[in-house]
Amino acid sequence: MDDWRENQELLVMEGRIKVPYRWFAGEVGTRYFESLRDERKFLGTKCGKCGKVHHVPRRNCPDCFAECSEWVELGSSGTLETYTVVRRQHPQLAPLPLPYGYGIIRLDGADTGFLHLLHEFEEGGLATGMRVEAVFAEEREGKILDVRYFRPAKGVS
Amino acid sequence: MGKRVAITGVGMTKQRSSRPDVNGQELINEAARMALEDAGLTRSDIDAVVIGNMDHFEGINYVDTWSVDGSGALMKPIMKVTTGGTTGTTVAMAAYYHVASGLFDRVLAIGWEKNSESDTTGAIITAFDPFWDRPIFAGAVAGLALEATQYMHLTGATEEDAAYVAVRERKHALNNPYAHLHMNLTIEDVMKSPYLSWPVKMGDMCPRTDGACAVVFVSEDAAQDSPQKPAWVLGVADRHLWAYTSDPYANQAIENGWWFPAMEWSARELYDKVGITDPLEQIDVAELYLPYSFAGLRYMESLGFCGRGEGPALVRSGAFDMGGKCPVNPSGGVMSSNAIGATGLIRVAECAWQIQGRAGDRQVPDVKIALATGFGGCFWSDILLFGAEKPEKSRG
Repeated sequence: MDDWRENQELLVMEGRIKVPYRWFAGEVGTRYFESLRDERKFLGTKCGKCGKVHHVPRRNCPDCFAECSEWVELGSSGTLETYTVVRRQHPQLAPLPLPYGYGIIRLDGADTGFLHLLHEFEEGGLATGMRVEAVFAEEREGKILDVRYFRPAKGVS
Repeated sequence: MGKRVAITGVGMTKQRSSRPDVNGQELINEAARMALEDAGLTRSDIDAVVIGNMDHFEGINYVDTWSVDGSGALMKPIMKVTTGGTTGTTVAMAAYYHVASGLFDRVLAIGWEKNSESDTTGAIITAFDPFWDRPIFAGAVAGLALEATQYMHLTGATEEDAAYVAVRERKHALNNPYAHLHMNLTIEDVMKSPYLSWPVKMGDMCPRTDGACAVVFVSEDAAQDSPQKPAWVLGVADRHLWAYTSDPYANQAIENGWWFPAMEWSARELYDKVGITDPLEQIDVAELYLPYSFAGLRYMESLGFCGRGEGPALVRSGAFDMGGKCPVNPSGGVMSSNAIGATGLIRVAECAWQIQGRAGDRQVPDVKIALATGFGGCFWSDILLFGAEKPEKSRG
């Protein structure tokens, strides 16, 4: 079957899949994102068994598998647990101009860290363990980018 | 008790940046035919097929049915397994479970990917949570960089330590005709390569690759007819710890004594079962899923080759180089070839070749026990041990 190949360009078909979805935030996600949007407040959920305060909030403690029965209001500042400085990114995916930071932040009052963006820092100005604070968007829609990013804390911590 | 299980056939395409001359089914077929021939079997001898890839990289769901022309699964039981980076090792484990159950004697395991068919970062985002991770997603590289920063912070390891691993893996690949990258690099080359996501540089990362791998798993009864020396499965274990990108850190519980819990728990479980008390002495060769260089420091600790923070010194001692105590990735590993759905199964295939003494210029002398791992999606851990001697019993 190879005899035709010599002067033939191999055929490639370009395509793009664009499918509309409707993702449901669920009961916990709805309350959480409403609070972020309407009150600029971060909420965690507390496991009824081990007492761990989860943020990302979850309905069930993934370890105990017990219900997280209580909402806990968290601070909008926290500690940077680990981070990176992103220098290359798919242009359609980059949420901030390059380079930007990306880190795991443990908010005050939470027992777990969550992922968010870092911005407004000097070159080399990020460090594990540093205090960071949330910068909220003026227009908020009930999504994680209602917090535009975290930056090194300016206030007294 | 389950049946004891051996690998008796291996097939693999040469791993390449792009294979524009074949479609997915044809790529799968190259590896499947080679594995069957190697095992001295035909399609009709195969009782079931397990296949795996990550749908979003080719944009084709339902790969189990779409691929039957290539896999030979027409009118046979077939299961698709998709677990992210671990896909290939999970395919191997599922094939092992099929045969160990006693319900199937000869199972063909296939892992494949044609990463050239999509934008890897653009496609991989569909594996992440739409509320928490996607809007701020910074790609697989940045996700790994979070781990690298943490590891350096906790241990004082340096970027040069990681670069040693990157150089070693690429040097090993020079002996492997199946490897995608054949690069003779220096630590300086890696250090000078551009940052993708600090502290991870271009030279620290795996490539994206087109390739397929197929492995024949047979029962102890069927192994008697094998033309190849059987490479026995000694046991397998796995742990997963991820729902959101931040979970590996949330669940890490370093204060409770766990370093990389998914890998540590699975390694300890498997070592206990098989009787490994000193991995560095007892394991002759390891094919590890090291997607980037820093993994080659930290995972050595989590796999019990040394204590916490001791990875860099042991790595730089040459213990994991060819000729060292336990050569790691004689094939060049994931940093030299990464056709994602095939990658884990290639680790398994290379272990089988090492045990059979068929690894060519990358052969480690007299391999009795070989370790394979899978890593992925994210911080999931599959671990498999293979042996030259038939084990007393099968261990799940």
